[in-house]
Amino acid sequence: MSNTHSVSLQAVLRHLLLIAGAAIMLAPFIWMISTASKPQTEVFSSELHLIPYRFALWDNLREAFAKANLLRFLLNGVIVTISIFVLQVMVALPAAYALAKLRFRGRDTLFALVLFGILIPPQATAIPVFLLLHKVGLLDSYAALVLPFTISAFGIFLMRQFFKTVPDDLVDAARMDGISEFGIVWRVMLPAAIPAVTAFGIFSVVAHWNDYFWPLIVLNSEQLRTPPLAVAHFRNNEAGTSYGPLMAAAMVIIAPLVIAFLFAQRRFIEGITLTGIK
Amino acid sequence: MSDGAMTIDAAAVPARAARRTLPAHGSRRTYSAYALVAPAAALMLVMLLGPLAGVIALSFTDYQLGAPHFSWIGLANYQDLFADKVFWIALRNTLTYVVVVVPGAVIAGLAIALLIQSGTSLRSLYRTIYFLPVMATLIAMAVVWEFMLHPQFGLVNGLLRGAGLPAFAWLQDRSTALYALCAIGIWQAVGFNMVLFLAGLVSIPKQLYEAAEIDGASSGWARFRLVTWPMLGPVTTFVVVVSGIRSFQVFDTVHVLTKGGPSKSTEVLIHTMYTEGFEFFRSGYAAAITVVFLVFVLALTLIKSRLADRGVHYT
Amino acid sequence: MAQIELSTIRKSFDGTDVLKGIDFRIEDGEFISLVGPSGCGKSTLLRIIAGLEPQNSGQVRIDGRPVDGIRPSARNLAMVFQSYALYPHLSTFDNIAVPLRMRRLSAIERLPLLGPLLPGRRAKEHGIRADIAAIAEQLDIAPLLRRKPGQLSGGQRQRVAVGRAMVREPLAFLFDEPLSNLDAKLRVHMRAELAELHRRLKTTFVYVTHDQAEAMTMSSRIAVMMGGELIQVGTPAEIYNDPGDIRVAEFIGSPKINILPGRVWKDGGIDVLGSALRLACGATAGECRVGVRPERIDLGAGPFSGNVVHLENLGAEAFVHLAIEGAGLRLIARLADVRHLPAMGSHLAFGFASDAVQVFDSIGKRIPLKVEQAERVREPAHV
Repeated sequence: MSNTHSVSLQAVLRHLLLIAGAAIMLAPFIWMISTASKPQTEVFSSELHLIPYRFALWDNLREAFAKANLLRFLLNGVIVTISIFVLQVMVALPAAYALAKLRFRGRDTLFALVLFGILIPPQATAIPVFLLLHKVGLLDSYAALVLPFTISAFGIFLMRQFFKTVPDDLVDAARMDGISEFGIVWRVMLPAAIPAVTAFGIFSVVAHWNDYFWPLIVLNSEQLRTPPLAVAHFRNNEAGTSYGPLMAAAMVIIAPLVIAFLFAQRRFIEGITLTGIK
Repeated sequence: MSDGAMTIDAAAVPARAARRTLPAHGSRRTYSAYALVAPAAALMLVMLLGPLAGVIALSFTDYQLGAPHFSWIGLANYQDLFADKVFWIALRNTLTYVVVVVPGAVIAGLAIALLIQSGTSLRSLYRTIYFLPVMATLIAMAVVWEFMLHPQFGLVNGLLRGAGLPAFAWLQDRSTALYALCAIGIWQAVGFNMVLFLAGLVSIPKQLYEAAEIDGASSGWARFRLVTWPMLGPVTTFVVVVSGIRSFQVFDTVHVLTKGGPSKSTEVLIHTMYTEGFEFFRSGYAAAITVVFLVFVLALTLIKSRLADRGVHYT
Repeated sequence: MAQIELSTIRKSFDGTDVLKGIDFRIEDGEFISLVGPSGCGKSTLLRIIAGLEPQNSGQVRIDGRPVDGIRPSARNLAMVFQSYALYPHLSTFDNIAVPLRMRRLSAIERLPLLGPLLPGRRAKEHGIRADIAAIAEQLDIAPLLRRKPGQLSGGQRQRVAVGRAMVREPLAFLFDEPLSNLDAKLRVHMRAELAELHRRLKTTFVYVTHDQAEAMTMSSRIAVMMGGELIQVGTPAEIYNDPGDIRVAEFIGSPKINILPGRVWKDGGIDVLGSALRLACGATAGECRVGVRPERIDLGAGPFSGNVVHLENLGAEAFVHLAIEGAGLRLIARLADVRHLPAMGSHLAFGFASDAVQVFDSIGKRIPLKVEQAERVREPAHV
């Protein structure tokens, strides 16, 4: 307002600072792509250059896929994250509906337990859950990766808060139409809760796709490895020798989520910041 | 659509009346309620609350995975723990990590959010770029960072040498390794904090800034002091605590990049717990470490709920 | 105390013209209302006066001094916002203190920890406290000084916002729909309070509202805005009795003015609903519209008739809705004496005095009635 000069100066300063910060944020990504595109000889050169003299991305990718069964690991990631999400919804939605809309003895206690459950960090329960899975002989299986996460106290809380905003009249109308309480959950509440379920879905899939701690503990077999575990093993076996393929493998592992994020940023940011509430 | 709406209106009144006069329906609904919450309640017991009680109980035993017997040994695990130098190193490193990463990621997140919000152009591009590290699998990016920090061929030392500055063996040097991990931690957390601050900034009523203008707060700093900072208060405490809890859980980068080394200089609580519990299978001892970790995390959570109650301004 | 002059103020947002050249002078010490339907540009005009929004062209002068490019804070105007815009983290006292602290304390003295230690600060704080106490006394908010805005009712917040505006003794007060967040009863009460405040302070008040009743009851002058233009400026009585445009006539007054179809003949004579009025004008022949206020319709006698289709008895007065056969028209008449309500469905004759009539041409401009007709206008009561 005061004068146009200072306004444009401020705008230039804003862009300069933000671009400088953005360069730092993007540096690892650029370095990853750069290294993944370089042949071995250029990787091991003290001279700094980002654009490879010889473009070797395809060779490095081919080598990465040859050295590790990356496709299988990606598939594992998909199977595990999708199973976790579907089971979380199947468990959380009915409970959330009952907590939000039905009156029964012990409801408040149960809800208090849910709130308490949100506070428990996953590392805290790792040892007993591991021992439990050991006892029932489920270690080193998809079940070991999925079962502990089928219960999401946070998911129940989130859905319950959402259902609270659905008018009681809608539920009563469904009852008048002869839909059972179970039917109401899936045929009335789920469609109404799609935005919340989507946000929770993104939160859940991102969290478990990127999870390293739990798969590291319960897995042994190579063919069950999830993507993060796969990169870690790749790095342990190859580090110091083949950085090109290692960076190519890292690219492959982060690609699915990053690409999905770039296509639906708003939804992803919404979903991920849900953890803020947690 | 309109048919549906009519049904809803028509049904509302009689349904409410039915609830009052016919308790039989109500009790059937109560059974349904128990059936609906049963799976969640059972799983919560088995996977969350049971294990939580279990870890506390385990910390008073000498249980080791695969051992045929175990016995209650009272506070012996804790005595061992507090007598163990590695535990104190891990605790100190964890606290150092928290004390570096939390202010770093919070201040940077706030600064970026303010910068982005101070103009209108390219907002969503910047937001996307700064948020990208939150989305990328940390383990994969940790591996990239490792190579960026490579003493000979890494980008960081390459740039330092180019500027005529001394290079470091970042992750291999015990005086820099922990701080290198802190840098990665900040890099990864900044975007998350930025998004929370952006949400907070957007929700500040525009009229407050106009009132401040009219009241004489003519400099940007005066308006920040009068409106932005106090209005962000609740978001800030929230971001600080969430960053704190996440920093306490640091494990991935440590495990894949340094394994707690060199010479324990990056040993952190959860990593110690992992080593004791899942490499040496000393479950009881690892449980004691978990309990210490839990105490810190729950304390932070308590602070959060305390401050959250106080921080609410408008109704 | 200030005179505010606006000359050819233009403003557009994204290519839409919001203000299309406003020329206007607000006199020192007057209470002027900017009134109009939402989207007419009245709030934008107020914000341009305040300096919160730059105009595209034109000039704002306060006491003859151009203020374009001068920051809002330097114009020495006070503003009361629709949402009150109280700082939620500050107590009532601190809210009112903000403009004083901003003006009287230096940037260093305002620093949170260091500030209070500086030598001159105590004396200044003392002065501030005295000023606020005086304001609180006047506005009757002394017991609320320690509370936060969240703990105040709507009316109390409103008063605190006025206090924050008053404490700096501004050249003029700007109000942006300050009563619209209050319930109906409180609104009526605050109307009286604000008018009284204006009489006491004798400062210029510029008051934006979409509620014609607020404008009518408080202001010394009303400026009616529509579609980014200033249509008419005048005292409430002038605006009500002598609107220059049919849109003004329709906007001001509740219930709305009755508009009847009419016709201007070549000789200047005027017909309404097929009956000739004893009036004449100099306008060219053609369609016209004739406005009659509900309270000027006389029920029971006259050349027109209609069926009673609806009755609103408010106790002190009543409104009779009449449907006029054949014309597809409804009109509303005010009945002062509710003891003699007509029956629903009854057939009723009505008429109106010729000086009750406002005639508008086909584009809505007021048609002046001929002076020589004035004689005839006064004669027989009914047309």
